[in-house]
Amino acid sequence: MAKQSKKKNKTVNPKLKNNIILSAKNVDVFYGKKQAINNVSFEIPENRITALIGPSGCGKSTFLRCFNRMNDIIDGCKVTGDIRFAGQDIYDPAVDVVSLRARIGMVFQKANPFPKSIFENVAYGPRIHGLAKSKDHLAEIVVSSLKRAGLFDEVADRLHDSGTGLSGGQQQRLCIARAIAVDPQVILMDEPCSSLDPIATAIIEDLMESMKKKYTIVIVTHSMQQAARISQKTAFFHLGDLVEFGDTEDIFMNPKKIRTQNYISGRTG
Amino acid sequence: MNTDHILRSFDKALNKNENLILEMGGLVEQQLKEATRALKKEDAKLSKKVLLSHNNIREMEAKINASAIQVLALRQPVAMDLRNVIMSLRIAGHLERIGQYTKNMARRTHTITKADAFTGSISTLVRMSELVQDMIKSVLDAYNTLDTSIAEEVRGRDEDVDHMHNTLFRELLTYMMEDPKNISGAMHLLFIAKNIERMGDHTTEIAQEVIFMVTGEWPVEKRPKGDKTSRMIFGPEDLGADSDQSGS
Repeated sequence: MAKQSKKKNKTVNPKLKNNIILSAKNVDVFYGKKQAINNVSFEIPENRITALIGPSGCGKSTFLRCFNRMNDIIDGCKVTGDIRFAGQDIYDPAVDVVSLRARIGMVFQKANPFPKSIFENVAYGPRIHGLAKSKDHLAEIVVSSLKRAGLFDEVADRLHDSGTGLSGGQQQRLCIARAIAVDPQVILMDEPCSSLDPIATAIIEDLMESMKKKYTIVIVTHSMQQAARISQKTAFFHLGDLVEFGDTEDIFMNPKKIRTQNYISGRTG
Repeated sequence: MNTDHILRSFDKALNKNENLILEMGGLVEQQLKEATRALKKEDAKLSKKVLLSHNNIREMEAKINASAIQVLALRQPVAMDLRNVIMSLRIAGHLERIGQYTKNMARRTHTITKADAFTGSISTLVRMSELVQDMIKSVLDAYNTLDTSIAEEVRGRDEDVDHMHNTLFRELLTYMMEDPKNISGAMHLLFIAKNIERMGDHTTEIAQEVIFMVTGEWPVEKRPKGDKTSRMIFGPEDLGADSDQSGS
């Protein structure tokens, strides 16, 4: 009992209320006149994997991008409502977007390594954010990031080869290493496995499991099975609405809403 | 389900599974009906027929197991589809048990009929069996129509079966105390009563599984337990004025 509570205390960040690291309240997103997200509110717990699922065009990726203000760079995109990271309003004009994106990293559907060496791909972030005290320290960050991304053993002898020469799954893990290198708290993943084969997918999923001890992961996925396998919380989006949000087991075993049930079991309607 | 899967072969696979359960249920119902008729008419030939047809039920169970496992492996069902498949495995198991008890009932009927042993309380046994047959019919309807109110009602009816079992226990014990020659036949009848009582319990389990299948939640309220035979003990004084034989 004592052991359990000790373990529990370790994961609780005293600064966070109820362990909630990201929260959205009454969020609307518009592309021009078209509303993509309708009044969505929910909270994402720390050190958990939260999956956003739903059919194409349901707004799940749009919503994911709200969390690190990636929508700012899209013309005509307007986000309203309250989005907070560790209690802080991220749409506050005083927020430095570049450092916000270092705290909340992102991995995309298509692996997009820079056309540089493996080492440089990972070293880039710490260098521009001034995180490395010395050359050795930088090398240390690169190696530990590659290790955390489960890639180091495969590339240890060719760190100075081009990152684009790696396989699809390795490139994606390189992008994860690159996101990790700037020591983020949250990693947003937008369909990170959709162009990978089942083995490469399993490696990334296993990596995500081990990463959740240190990071909070929010993943958008088309694969409901993937959401079921790896996430602890699942949110189902449909036509811009958050239909249902809850523990993954509940969503897949006994969803409360008929729209969720129809979608996850492959029904029309 | 009122809505269909986008992939129509998925519906086909689930329907096949459901139809197998209904077919198996019908078979179990039919055999219990015949076993009961054999008891009522003291018909050794009919009881032998029931005895031999249990294999059909086992084959049905094997078919359901295979089809359910196939759906799990190939379709990865979730939510209600998942509950549907898992419950079909359990329901098939309960139906097989009911079939096994029916077989046992037929075997004992055959034995006492052949030996021309004591038979008493047959009409109570028949009524008890008819009650269970009605429950099986209703629970299969509930499964087929996903109607939890029917399933709830079946759960409630098991208490009546238990009460009849209590009565039979007492009646048959009285016969045994009245004349030791009755013991052999009465023991078999007592076991038949116990078999029917167990069938009622399995039917109640199926009713609970139907409720879980539809709602995703097990019924919380404990069903009424009416079987008191395990706590019953009788002496001569309990058996009234015409029990002088047992005192000697």
